[in-house]
Amino acid sequence: MLLEKFKDEVEEILSRYPVKRSALLPLLNLAQREEGFVSEPAMRDIAKVLELTPPQVFETVTFYTMFNLKPIGKFHLQVCKSLMCALVRSDDVVTWISKKLNIVPGQTTADNNFTLSVVECLGSCGTGPMMQVNDDYYEQLTEEKVVRVLDDLARDGNCHLKSGPFMFPTTSGKSR
Amino acid sequence: MAQYETILLKNMEQPGYSGSLEDYERAGGYQALRKVLKDMQPDQVIEEVKKSSLRGRGGAGFPTGVKWGFIPKDHPGPKYLCCNADESEPGTFKDRQLMERDPHQMLEGMAITCFAIGAETSYVYIRGEFRLGAKILEKAVQEAKAAGYLGENVLGTGRTINIFVHAGAGAYICGEETALLESLEGKRGQPRFKPPFPATHGLYQKPTVVNNVETMANIPHIMNKGGEWFAGIGSPPKSCGTRIFCLSGHVNRPGNYEVPMGMPFREFIYDVGGGMRSDKPLKAFIPGGASAPFLTPEHLDVKMDFEAVAMAGSMLGSGGVTVMEEGTSMVWAALRLMEFFYHESCGKCTPCREGSSWLTQILQRIWNKQGRQGDLDLLDELCKNIAGRTICAFGEAEVGPIQSTLKYFRHEYEELIREAEATRPQSKEIPVFTH
Ligand SMILES: Cc1cc2nc3c(=O)[nH]c(=O)nc-3n(C[C@H](O)[C@H](O)[C@H](O)COP(=O)(O)O)c2cc1C
Ligand code: SF4
Ligand code: FES
Repeated sequence: MLLEKFKDEVEEILSRYPVKRSALLPLLNLAQREEGFVSEPAMRDIAKVLELTPPQVFETVTFYTMFNLKPIGKFHLQVCKSLMCALVRSDDVVTWISKKLNIVPGQTTADNNFTLSVVECLGSCGTGPMMQVNDDYYEQLTEEKVVRVLDDLARDGNCHLKSGPFMFPTTSGKSR
Repeated sequence: MAQYETILLKNMEQPGYSGSLEDYERAGGYQALRKVLKDMQPDQVIEEVKKSSLRGRGGAGFPTGVKWGFIPKDHPGPKYLCCNADESEPGTFKDRQLMERDPHQMLEGMAITCFAIGAETSYVYIRGEFRLGAKILEKAVQEAKAAGYLGENVLGTGRTINIFVHAGAGAYICGEETALLESLEGKRGQPRFKPPFPATHGLYQKPTVVNNVETMANIPHIMNKGGEWFAGIGSPPKSCGTRIFCLSGHVNRPGNYEVPMGMPFREFIYDVGGGMRSDKPLKAFIPGGASAPFLTPEHLDVKMDFEAVAMAGSMLGSGGVTVMEEGTSMVWAALRLMEFFYHESCGKCTPCREGSSWLTQILQRIWNKQGRQGDLDLLDELCKNIAGRTICAFGEAEVGPIQSTLKYFRHEYEELIREAEATRPQSKEIPVFTH
């Protein structure tokens, strides 16, 4: 059982809520972190722990876009396409990635390394165009930067161009 | 350029400020919580916040002290506080900065709020994509707990105040307060019918306050310096204090800027934001996030306060200001936003679920030069049949971009439809359909 491996973490999560069902999203997040997607056995497991029926878990999972019901690539490239990013050419980012990796949105590369998606606003509209790769944000993208990120990730599994805590100009106009 | 005294971003503007507990304390952090727990009654805290005229920074602008006052005093509890950190309104990215750069500021605000409304347990509902923010907040909660600012016996008073970070999983609608509560209960994040309101029937049907991150971040400052001080900043009597406006689009210096409310958009866009990025002039701007109707250059002297923007036919909403230069197609812009709303409609009520799909399809065909005569009337009618007829305010939000671009830029729609009509093959023969 998946959850047995995380016994302490599951206990801690359950202790935050007076009602068990509230732990559903945190546990699903945990399962996805472990397996890369939310598998049926994981959903059954979670249902048992939370004393829910499997359909109750499933109906909730399908509401939220972050849960993958199928395995995806090692790196999930999610490019924001909402208006503010689109104004600063986020559509080009999709083109650059497609060109480099030979996939279109919705596809995964043959080596299972990258899955490309276009998504809605990620709360980074002043630093667009941008994309999220797994947990990390990459902002103010240019073609050069995108290529660097993809190369670094494929080679090292990591890329130092990712954003740290939000940096931005202050009222005095100083860029920090 | 004029300098403005910042309140919320002040700490992080100091070079080297890391947002750690140590840094926050050195900047005077947690003094407000000490003072409140030592010298004040919950009612006095609520009174002070009422006096400050602070209004919610999440979008609706409801007076915060009044909202807290709705929590029934005689209820046996438990009562809850939920901090809305779902920040998903396109054009808005201020809460992210507040959480990632100065997490203790909002946590202190939450602790004070818990005291004021009599809550022992509170949750930060943070959008699932903000992994970094969630990690930073979790660490800050642990720090605050170890220092006695949170936990079972806060500052030796015997009072319990717990804060838990709860991550969502990708759904814009979970920013709507009752959808947030449903989601926090582990269900599909679909808004509830109101009334009853969260103040009496909120999380687990218990009295609950839902407040935005920026709202919470203001609380320690109001407690330190007094409601009157706050009420004197900005555009009194109804839009007091500063606000962090998020500037995006075709400007020189996009970013978050904290300025006193009441500043004219012209000053904000051209002085604070450095003006347009090229020699193309401004064509239109969105004053308060994707849900706010578009405004035009003739509105540049409108003040950035709740009332003035409403008078101009839009809303200050989430504080996201998006600027578009000449040459940007308004039909395309409306379509981009409509696609967002179509994707994010929760599907609970028919006008929104079906309407968002129809609006998107019609806009798509107009943009692809396949529009038909009568499409604009159809858009008008659909919009009227959605707004005001839905369970939550998403209904009004989704028609805003279309209605406002139809109002100010109707000719762009007409032009595209004219082109479609001109290029559509005209057949005189009556088509005969066979099986
Ligand atoms: C569709 C929709 C989305 C919303 N999204 C958010 C959001 O992401 N963050 C937020 O603070 N408020 C959001 N709100 C507003 C909340 O419902 C609520 O008014 C707010 O969190 C109350 O806090 P405040 O009084 O401090 O502003 C949204 C409202 C609607 C109708
Ligand atoms: S208006 Fe839209 S988002 Fe709101 S409850 Fe109805 S269907 Fe859901
Ligand atoms: S529009 Fe792309 S991050 Fe907000």
